[in-house]
Amino acid sequence: MSSLVKTFGPFTAVDDLSLTIPQGSFFALLGPSGCGKTTTLRMVAGLEEPTSGTIHIGSSELTGTKPYQRPVNTVFQSYALFPHMTVWDNVAFGLKRRSQANVKKQVDDVLELTELTTLAKRKPAQLSGGQQQRVALARAIVNKPAVLLLDEPLGALDLKLRRQMQMELKRIQTEVGLTFVHVTHDQEEAMTMADTIAVMNAGRIEQMGPPAELYEQPRTTFAANFLGQSNLIRATVKERVGDSVVAALPTGTLRVAVSRVPEGVNEILVGIRPEKIKLHDEPVTAVDGPVGENTITGGRVIDASFIGVSTQYLVKTQWGQEVMVFEQNQGIANLNAVGDLVTMSFSADHAFALDAGQDVSAGIEFDPEAL
Amino acid sequence: MSASVATGRQTAQRRAPIRRRRRSPWAFVRDNIVWVAATLALIYLLLPNVIVVLFSFNKPNGRFNYTWQRFSLDAWKNPCGAPGMCKALGLSLKIGISATIVATILGTLLAFALGRYRFRGRSAVNLLIFLPMATPEVVMGSSLLTLFASRHVGLGFKTILVAHILFCLSYVVVTVKARIAGLDPRLEQAASDLYANEFQTFTRITLPLVAPGIAAGALLAFSLSFDDYIVTNFNASPSSTTFPMFVWGSAQRGTPVQINVIGTAMFVLAVTAVAIGQFVGRRRTR
Repeated sequence: MSSLVKTFGPFTAVDDLSLTIPQGSFFALLGPSGCGKTTTLRMVAGLEEPTSGTIHIGSSELTGTKPYQRPVNTVFQSYALFPHMTVWDNVAFGLKRRSQANVKKQVDDVLELTELTTLAKRKPAQLSGGQQQRVALARAIVNKPAVLLLDEPLGALDLKLRRQMQMELKRIQTEVGLTFVHVTHDQEEAMTMADTIAVMNAGRIEQMGPPAELYEQPRTTFAANFLGQSNLIRATVKERVGDSVVAALPTGTLRVAVSRVPEGVNEILVGIRPEKIKLHDEPVTAVDGPVGENTITGGRVIDASFIGVSTQYLVKTQWGQEVMVFEQNQGIANLNAVGDLVTMSFSADHAFALDAGQDVSAGIEFDPEAL
Repeated sequence: MSASVATGRQTAQRRAPIRRRRRSPWAFVRDNIVWVAATLALIYLLLPNVIVVLFSFNKPNGRFNYTWQRFSLDAWKNPCGAPGMCKALGLSLKIGISATIVATILGTLLAFALGRYRFRGRSAVNLLIFLPMATPEVVMGSSLLTLFASRHVGLGFKTILVAHILFCLSYVVVTVKARIAGLDPRLEQAASDLYANEFQTFTRITLPLVAPGIAAGALLAFSLSFDDYIVTNFNASPSSTTFPMFVWGSAQRGTPVQINVIGTAMFVLAVTAVAIGQFVGRRRTR
């Protein structure tokens, strides 16, 4: 895909988007609703014409061709199963349109792969949501498309079923070896399944890479906040010592690896994930374990919630910022309570730095499901 | 009465609480009010049909079939016995079928245009399509006659057909349009995504899904055309007498039993058609 642009009247849904998706990979387009990810997908499917730009699969150009001329199949968010046909006929539809030989065997094989064999004679209305989702998937993969597009296919399922289907999708992708392009707003879903994630915001790609890289080293505040949670602390670059940068906080200093600090920027946001921070009672003793290179002293616990796996704290720094801290549950002997005076510590390797000239709260969305 | 029944029941209970309570008919009505109301409504709706069926087996004294005399199969054995009736029936069927075919095709095309595309004058057409339904039939019939007369068009089969297509069209459009509106456009997108070209998408997805609407529209059109009297009467010639016109005319001079025979046959045919439709529909969703 190169320089893809799509405008709806004055609204630019997809803005100069270029990306290459490696063959056979599980690729996720991740972004909040309205970021242009579905529009991008529909342009690849041919259901939407790009205003400008081109789309290629391999060496052949697809731009301007009809949907039925493209070696691309879509799993729609609403499934869009044909209500007047049985499961079997739904799955056979694409093969029959291309007058393929061995339709029966191919359909039966795919039904078996998706565990639908016993439901083959049913109509879509007689299936549960998860079963319909599998039919939609079977109907697409039976055609062995060069690219399979998945438009939030798990959005309508409940949490437990969604987890199960995530695994199933991943298994099927590995088994059939097709290129999957998965559009989702659920960062956990994208991380679980994808080899490569492209984080989209306002019609552009913010950052692209393997899930771990995106999580450990986000390059924009949007990526830092949208993928998991981040504490972003304003700081000024003071000096370089060896291969780390020393940044000044309102009180004290922090060190960040040089490779993780954007070049030529003085005002930075030091980012640290909540689970990487350790709390120590003040004065700091060995009781709470080893102390990281970076410390922020004089914090006060203003909220603590024990959720089993971990305890989530909200700590107010001396300059009034609230920092989120998740402590793993490794024995409940040393929990902190609201009002405790604490020092936060974390390793310099765990911190990242972003250009402070961005919106600090970009990508923080109110997601009722994540709460 | 209900009060005395209530006290009676109380005393019965006091005496022998194990014995089943006697239920008054009123209690039964109270407990099954929906069923009772539905049955009464059904009787009210079906009573005229029952009379039609019953009197098709009558052997009246004289020319009028209004009072029950005795059972006879005469009319059923000789359905065309009334002079001119079968000719009128044939004309009605011919007009009904022709008008239904033309109105269904035109109406379906119109419904697709209105339901699927945005164009100039769309909302105006949407409004105007209701006009033939809202116009009183007397007005429509007489104004059509004025039109035909001023253009020197000879009245007969053609003018009746034109008039019938006119008022059937609106009903077909409205029925089919409702079905198209309920059709998820993503189904067609999914079909084209699955290698079906425009023609295949239409014949395999769109048409089968809209078909019940088209069928309903066609049935409605036929029944409207078949029993229309007012508009037809304005635009018919003496030689083009339809079945409703024949019935009306004979009511002045005497009603042959054969009218009831035709009525019964039509009723049975309609019920059978609906029953088959229901049966097929149920088989399909199974």
